Amino acid sequence: MDLSTINPVLLIASLMVAATPIMLAAIGELVVEKAGVLNLGVEGMMIIGAICGFAIAVETGSPLLGFVAAAVAGAVLSLLFAFLTQILLANQVASGLALTLFGLGLSALIGQSYAGIKPPPTPKIDIPLLSDIPILGPILFGHDLMVYFAILLIAAVWAVLKYTRLGLILRAVGENHDAAHALGYKVVRIRILAIMFGGACAGLGGAYLSLIRVPQWTEGMTAGAGWIALAIVVFASWKPWRVMLGAYLFGGVTVLQFNLQAAGVNIPVQYLAMSPYLVTILVLVIMSSSKARSAMNAPAALGRIFHATH
Amino acid sequence: MTDRLLTIDGLTKAYPGVVANDHVSFGIDAGEVHALLGENGAGKSTLVKMIYGLVRPDAGAMTLMGDSFAPPEPRAARAAGVAMVFQHFSLFEALSVAENISLGMENPPKHGELSARITKVSHDYGLPLDPERLIGELSAGERQRVEIIRCLLQDPKLLIMDEPTSVLTPQEVEVLFQTLRKLSSEGTAILYISHKLEEIRDICDSATILRHGVVVDTCNPREKSARELAEMMVGSALLQPQRDAGEFGEVVLEVKELYVPATTQFGTSLKSVNMAVRAGEILGIGGVAGNGQDELLAALSGETPSAEQTVTFEGRPIGHLGPNARRELGILAAPEERLGHAAAPDMSLTENALLTAAIRENLVSNGFVNWAKARTFAKKVIADFDVRTPGAHTAARALSGGNLQKFVIGREVLQNPRVLVVNQPTWGVDASAAAAIRQALMDLAGKGAAVVVISQDLDELMEVSDNFCALNEGHLTRPRPTKGLTVEEIGLMLGGMEEEQEVAHA
Repeated sequence: MDLSTINPVLLIASLMVAATPIMLAAIGELVVEKAGVLNLGVEGMMIIGAICGFAIAVETGSPLLGFVAAAVAGAVLSLLFAFLTQILLANQVASGLALTLFGLGLSALIGQSYAGIKPPPTPKIDIPLLSDIPILGPILFGHDLMVYFAILLIAAVWAVLKYTRLGLILRAVGENHDAAHALGYKVVRIRILAIMFGGACAGLGGAYLSLIRVPQWTEGMTAGAGWIALAIVVFASWKPWRVMLGAYLFGGVTVLQFNLQAAGVNIPVQYLAMSPYLVTILVLVIMSSSKARSAMNAPAALGRIFHATH
Repeated sequence: MTDRLLTIDGLTKAYPGVVANDHVSFGIDAGEVHALLGENGAGKSTLVKMIYGLVRPDAGAMTLMGDSFAPPEPRAARAAGVAMVFQHFSLFEALSVAENISLGMENPPKHGELSARITKVSHDYGLPLDPERLIGELSAGERQRVEIIRCLLQDPKLLIMDEPTSVLTPQEVEVLFQTLRKLSSEGTAILYISHKLEEIRDICDSATILRHGVVVDTCNPREKSARELAEMMVGSALLQPQRDAGEFGEVVLEVKELYVPATTQFGTSLKSVNMAVRAGEILGIGGVAGNGQDELLAALSGETPSAEQTVTFEGRPIGHLGPNARRELGILAAPEERLGHAAAPDMSLTENALLTAAIRENLVSNGFVNWAKARTFAKKVIADFDVRTPGAHTAARALSGGNLQKFVIGREVLQNPRVLVVNQPTWGVDASAAAAIRQALMDLAGKGAAVVVISQDLDELMEVSDNFCALNEGHLTRPRPTKGLTVEEIGLMLGGMEEEQEVAHA
């Protein structure tokens, strides 16, 4: 065992990359849940985004178009969920689980001819002076665009929820849909838009896996990232910046366990591989033990079916 | 007719199976306080929802200030100068006062400016409010202020108020009425819906009475007695609940030094509650919502167990027993929240009857449900308490609030309890049904049961209870005989001023 082979600078830099897909998916789900909808289909939307983004990027040679396609694909798939739960008033938990299973199956079908191909590389931003700064340079300024985009998205969601009327209406709908309806807000329309936003974000997160993080297509490659994203929303008690914190924490443990494996730590690989999930469970238990605090932030109408009586 | 504000002409709205409003016509003048009276299900809510643009009429027309008025949505109604204070469902607990008010406005100003306006308007009308506080931290009276201020900031021409006083203390009602009089003197018309006829006589200039969706009468409520108004609503003579105050027996249920933590985040914990009810006695517990009523009911029914000795039944410690063990002893309860607490919404009335009556009515043997017997019991409740429903197979959710309330109370009363604890027994129930429920409670006490009535309706408590105590922030005052209590004394008890009272009387 040789821990000195672990380079802290590289560790932090790769932690940011590892965290980006779940961060994207989680911030999307946060918006959905803030609107009072529980969409458990994140995993399915992510993997659909992963394959659609991958396929379009390979066919056109443009990773950017791939990401756009992934967002569109995730949003389209989420529309299925929106139709079931908002129009047909189906149970959200069951519909979400179905969406995950459907997404996993459909992605495998679409992806049959794409296994083993390399996607076009996504360029890293290389700002000449900044990225040459020792330590800070590689950590902060040596990444691809999506890493920064995810952070900007967190900031944008935070600002919109906190400072804008749109955010206020969204929170109101998630807090008490009957009251929002009585005041004349279009509960169903707002929720469908939120669900689509969540789908697009999950799609982007999936495409980040297949185009940058891995980068190739394999069946079931999201490997539970969607579930982690769902857990992170609760961990973050529905606060955008904490989503970032949660994603980095999870990403950090993931990267660290790879590094520990490489350094030959004398623990069976399986334990290391399960450690990020154990940490997630542990954090969730700690979070939900302080009942009052998480209840304070949980949208009161979360998961409840809205049926306009008039 | 020069200052006629709103004219309603032949409004009709039918739902499958019922005509909620049938050619309803009346008018409201500027500055007039107009009461809309009627039993539950008479069509008052549908009518105001049409004026506020939540429901579209099937036929008929409205004229507002000389112009044709047909709001397709609440936004249009608000823009035209119609504002509404809802009975419930319209505040967001996790949002601040300012955010709640902003949501109800068309073009809300910037946050700082809005806060300043809230502070100013709320002081002008004697309804002080802090714009930054969360709704969840406010009392029912303060929450209503938020709704009213939200309306006032838009300078409404017509203010619709649906049951505004059901959760207020007498003092808060007085403040509200002062505000309404001020508004009315400034030319704002008010359409006022309430079941409390004395209030209507106090504040309203005219009244329109609805029965089964039809306007049956109009009158000046000041020239009628509350009884006459009630009879106009019901269409027949009203029976006044009555009973002979008998002698009380031994103490049946006693509570000593009961502490219970709050059941919800916005609930109140009980602090050192002491009380005793005797056989044949009705103990009334007043207090504004959220002062520990739910917690007290849960502690008495067994939903929240406590230390063994804190609750005793005929001298026997039962604090640790759960609801079923207490039911077996004869301690029954009917909680306030009808759907979800007192009754399972999607289950039939038979199944709901079974849920609490299984033990005392022997509806289960060897683990098997005796459905025939359960159905018979449910039918008996329906018949004895005049529950209007197609049958015992109907889902609880399908009943109107008043009818379900009759069922929930009837189900407990017919099990012949030794102790019955009810919370808000007539909440949202119309005058004749409320009278029937109160009569049933009095009859029960007359037969020797101990009855605890928790209610926010003081008139009700004055009517049914022998002794009265008040719940304030989880503290229970000492009981005082209801006879001879004045409104001021009750108000002080509700405000937790008992000690000063004692001193003043000493």
